[in-house]
Amino acid sequence: MDIKKTFLEWPVLRQLTGGDPLGRGNAVQSPRTRAITPRTATADKVVQSVCPYCAVGCGQRVFVKDGHVTQIEGDPDSPVSRGRLCPKGSASEQLVNSPGRATTMLYRRPRSRQWERIGVEQATDMIADRMVESRRKRWQDTDDEGRPLRRTMGIAALGGATLDNEENYLIKKLFTALGAIQIENQARI
Amino acid sequence: MAECHPVGFQWVMEAKARGAKVIHIDPRFTRTSAVADTHVPIRAGSDIAFLGAIINYILSTEKYFHDYVVAYTNAATLVSEDFVDVDDLDGVFSGYDPETGTYDTSSWSYEGVGEHSAGGGPASDPAKDDEGGEEKGGGSGATGGSESEESESDRSAGYEMGGHGASLDHSEVRRDETLQHPRTVFQVLKRHFARYTPEMVQETCGISPEQLLEVCEAVTANSGRDKTTAWVYSVGWTHHTVGVQMIRTSAIIQLLLGNMGRPGGGIMALRGHASIQGSTDIPTLFNLLPGYLPMPKVGPHDSLDEYVAEIASPDQKGFWVNAKSYTVSLLKAWWGDAATEENDFAFGYMPRLTGDHGTYATVMSMLRDEIDGYFLLGQNPAVGSAHGKMQRMGLSHLKWLVVRDLNLIESATFWSDAPEIETGELKTDEIDTEVFFFPAASHVEKGGTFTQTQRMLQWHHKAVDPPGDAQSELEFFYLLGQKIRQRLAGSTDDRDRPILDLTWDYPLDEDGEISAEAVLAEINGFHLSGDKAGQPLNTFNEMKPDGSTSGGCWIYTGVFADGVNQAMRRKPGREQSWVAPEWGWAWPMNRRTLYNRASADPEGKPWSEKKAYVWWDEEAKKWTGHDVPDFEVGKAPSYRPEEGASGPDGLAGDDPFIMQADGKGWLYAPAGLLDGPMPTHYEPQESPVSNPMYRQQANPTREVFPRKDNYQNPSGDEPGVELYPYVFTTYRLTEHHTAGGMSRFQPYLSELQPEFFCEVSPELARERGLENLGWATIISARTAIEARVLVTERVTPLRIAGRTVHQIGLPYHWGQGDQALVSGDSANDLFGVTLDANVHIQETKVASCDIQPGRRPRGPALLEYVAAHRARAGVTLATGNEHRTPPEDAEGKHRRVTRDDLDGDVIGGPDGATGAKGSMNKQERS
Repeated sequence: MDIKKTFLEWPVLRQLTGGDPLGRGNAVQSPRTRAITPRTATADKVVQSVCPYCAVGCGQRVFVKDGHVTQIEGDPDSPVSRGRLCPKGSASEQLVNSPGRATTMLYRRPRSRQWERIGVEQATDMIADRMVESRRKRWQDTDDEGRPLRRTMGIAALGGATLDNEENYLIKKLFTALGAIQIENQARI
Repeated sequence: MAECHPVGFQWVMEAKARGAKVIHIDPRFTRTSAVADTHVPIRAGSDIAFLGAIINYILSTEKYFHDYVVAYTNAATLVSEDFVDVDDLDGVFSGYDPETGTYDTSSWSYEGVGEHSAGGGPASDPAKDDEGGEEKGGGSGATGGSESEESESDRSAGYEMGGHGASLDHSEVRRDETLQHPRTVFQVLKRHFARYTPEMVQETCGISPEQLLEVCEAVTANSGRDKTTAWVYSVGWTHHTVGVQMIRTSAIIQLLLGNMGRPGGGIMALRGHASIQGSTDIPTLFNLLPGYLPMPKVGPHDSLDEYVAEIASPDQKGFWVNAKSYTVSLLKAWWGDAATEENDFAFGYMPRLTGDHGTYATVMSMLRDEIDGYFLLGQNPAVGSAHGKMQRMGLSHLKWLVVRDLNLIESATFWSDAPEIETGELKTDEIDTEVFFFPAASHVEKGGTFTQTQRMLQWHHKAVDPPGDAQSELEFFYLLGQKIRQRLAGSTDDRDRPILDLTWDYPLDEDGEISAEAVLAEINGFHLSGDKAGQPLNTFNEMKPDGSTSGGCWIYTGVFADGVNQAMRRKPGREQSWVAPEWGWAWPMNRRTLYNRASADPEGKPWSEKKAYVWWDEEAKKWTGHDVPDFEVGKAPSYRPEEGASGPDGLAGDDPFIMQADGKGWLYAPAGLLDGPMPTHYEPQESPVSNPMYRQQANPTREVFPRKDNYQNPSGDEPGVELYPYVFTTYRLTEHHTAGGMSRFQPYLSELQPEFFCEVSPELARERGLENLGWATIISARTAIEARVLVTERVTPLRIAGRTVHQIGLPYHWGQGDQALVSGDSANDLFGVTLDANVHIQETKVASCDIQPGRRPRGPALLEYVAAHRARAGVTLATGNEHRTPPEDAEGKHRRVTRDDLDGDVIGGPDGATGAKGSMNKQERS
């Protein structure tokens, strides 16, 4: 920092003369602090969102620069949360940007000791093949009395309490049409 | 609440600042207790006894809200003379079958109404479970012993009361509004709860009569015309074998005090996941279709008409009678033009249920090698579900597993780092499961709605593209559906019609991905014919049973009213009324408080000016107020239905509970529950305390699974109970989220709470020689885990039945694995699987255990250590698994069950497991 240090810059003098007698604001601000700009001020855009942790539904503001999330803060407009976030909500920027986050498609062969990389398209094709096969193999047309069951017991699912309503809707719709009934959710747990 | 829903708790503090009294009832002292006026430490699992005593106080001191109770509840309704209460039958209600552990609920009905069909209950649903699922044997993990076949088959697939009450065959009931007839619900209730005295509470809960009185006085003084009291619960009430009845007990208090449908009242279920409410409304649950329509069951639901007639009698009152319109609109949304009047609107395309197909039943099917493929969607059952070992062993039996998550959670990596690898129960080289890990998009990388805990949908906008290979679930399942349809295209097999006829053409958004808004619009529904064809529905009242409307979830209809995404509304809170109706959208019909007709008196006037919320405007001849009235807007308070009228017309102008079959709040449930029309105290599945109310120890209808991988600790006066003498409970910490998939991978949160610990009182620490910051091993009949010791006065030893009962607190966020920033033993590994009969939810808020200083044994020695402890206690497959508690023997003790062969009780373990005999390694204290 190239601000000239004169005795007028001494914090104690600034504190006594500068309208900050308790020394909580400008009086104790260093040149370095003065020179930094918050990430929230330099964002290209701010997007309104909702915290993904518990079900209180706190409003979030997502700050984006150059196509990356730079900060997530509470949304003061929300009548639910009035701008506040808890430790988890405040850490949700790391949910997005944590260096340990898994962003690569991985596949483990039967009996293998390691992951290997495959493409998402290929993996989705492999699952579609397995769905069709498992569905067929475990199909039940009717019960012992001849009443229709029209289902497969070979495919199950669990999850979705942090998914969107639209996602759960599509999952239930697809699995039900396939005849898979063992579709469950954290809501039972 | 301050720990787990901290931002929601700001409103409790606002209320406190305005004079509200805050009472915290919890086994542990938390951040909530720290700011509460009173903290009431309670023995985990004894809530019905405590709440029942409040009911007794309200009734015996006549502090109930008389006008509300008479007009708005079923207090005046007469109960069948066939009903017999628990006090006359040693702990069971009339209709109990000890062979199956189930009830014939017909004797619980109202007088003169006949048998109830309660959404497929045992009284009306004799469908036998004849699927292959109950065959014994199979895989190495499944050593037989699922719940008995008869027991399983007599259960319905659970109840579906999320959006409406149970069905009644008729709208006419006999009432005595003086409440004096001995068979009025009011008098039945009074007799039932008379035994819930302060002394009984002391003996059961460890709460003093003085503290009980303080709560009773506070709750009653703060209820009535001018005041309302709210109850808040979370999984502390649901994770029990009596969970549904705990919440019912609270509902009875709130109805007696007139706290339902009024501002500041109600029972708040604080849910723990961003859209867990949404995933119940639009369920990925086996027994539900969207909007709480039940999944069809084989037998009673063979045709659409049978289905509709069974779920809602056309003769009952209320809006649920329109269930056919909701069902047909759903079928039209899913199968479009292929759903016609001639083919029952494709109702036959729906698969049928035959019993409990819940998540725990599914895991047991995996262990029998009956399931090929499993999808885990933002879910980590290896850590988050009860009995982690059973979960992980189940995964190892799959042919293929798909995990979609933000991080490499323990359920994705079990084949390399599960604890069972270390014990020798699993070997990486022998696990045949193919595992696909798909990285998922986070909430800022996709648009869509979450439904928060008060039924409010909020749209979250997409901010950035997902990184790397990450994808939203919406896009993944859309593409997967396309690929499956391509593979089946041209099939002439009848079983493929439902997937080929499925409406699966969705518009794409600007990024070339399926449009989430288009899916939300489908959920809302459309007019399909007439002048409005193609327009979105504005309310579910527009839905028709003739195929002229569609709608994927009737309770969400209106979220796209006027073609506008109402969930996207974000008018700042400070610019609108305190109800904030223009922020997001709440189901149904943007009503923020359900059943709010009850906020006005029978004549339609507010009970008091202070509590005015919704009222009848005599001049305008309509209901008005601060919220959207939860009532037909033009129906006057004085309206009385014609004799025999049903459906909405059958509701009088002063019947506020419009989704109930009689328009009343139910103090007594004549139908709809499997384990009793009223709550009654039972001990938890595992409890060192004998039930002080009667011989029957635990809920006689709980779902038990006597399997060699699911031994239960002895309880009450069973021999061996002293080997598991302590109560433990589990909970969350502010800094972590459930099984850790969204918190143990983040640096900040991991640093704030790095390590698994147990909370014990100084008294227990002295009794067992536990040192603060040292190690302890906690032992159940399933396994033993280790934790750092936190000796703290936050845990209060309780005096119960003349002795001290210690409780141990365990946060359940950690799991064993190599990928998370922090790991540790999982508290959920301690639990076995025993379920509530109504909803198939596991008891994971209370069980018994032993605790010893030092670290647990390693490797196969752990299995031997647990087995040795179990053997000393004499645990057999029958222990804890008898529905009906046997009579006492000559010495007044629990009749000893036949000791079965304990050989081979190490599940899935290698033959002749090697390793040192399991003795506790006490040297490894830190």
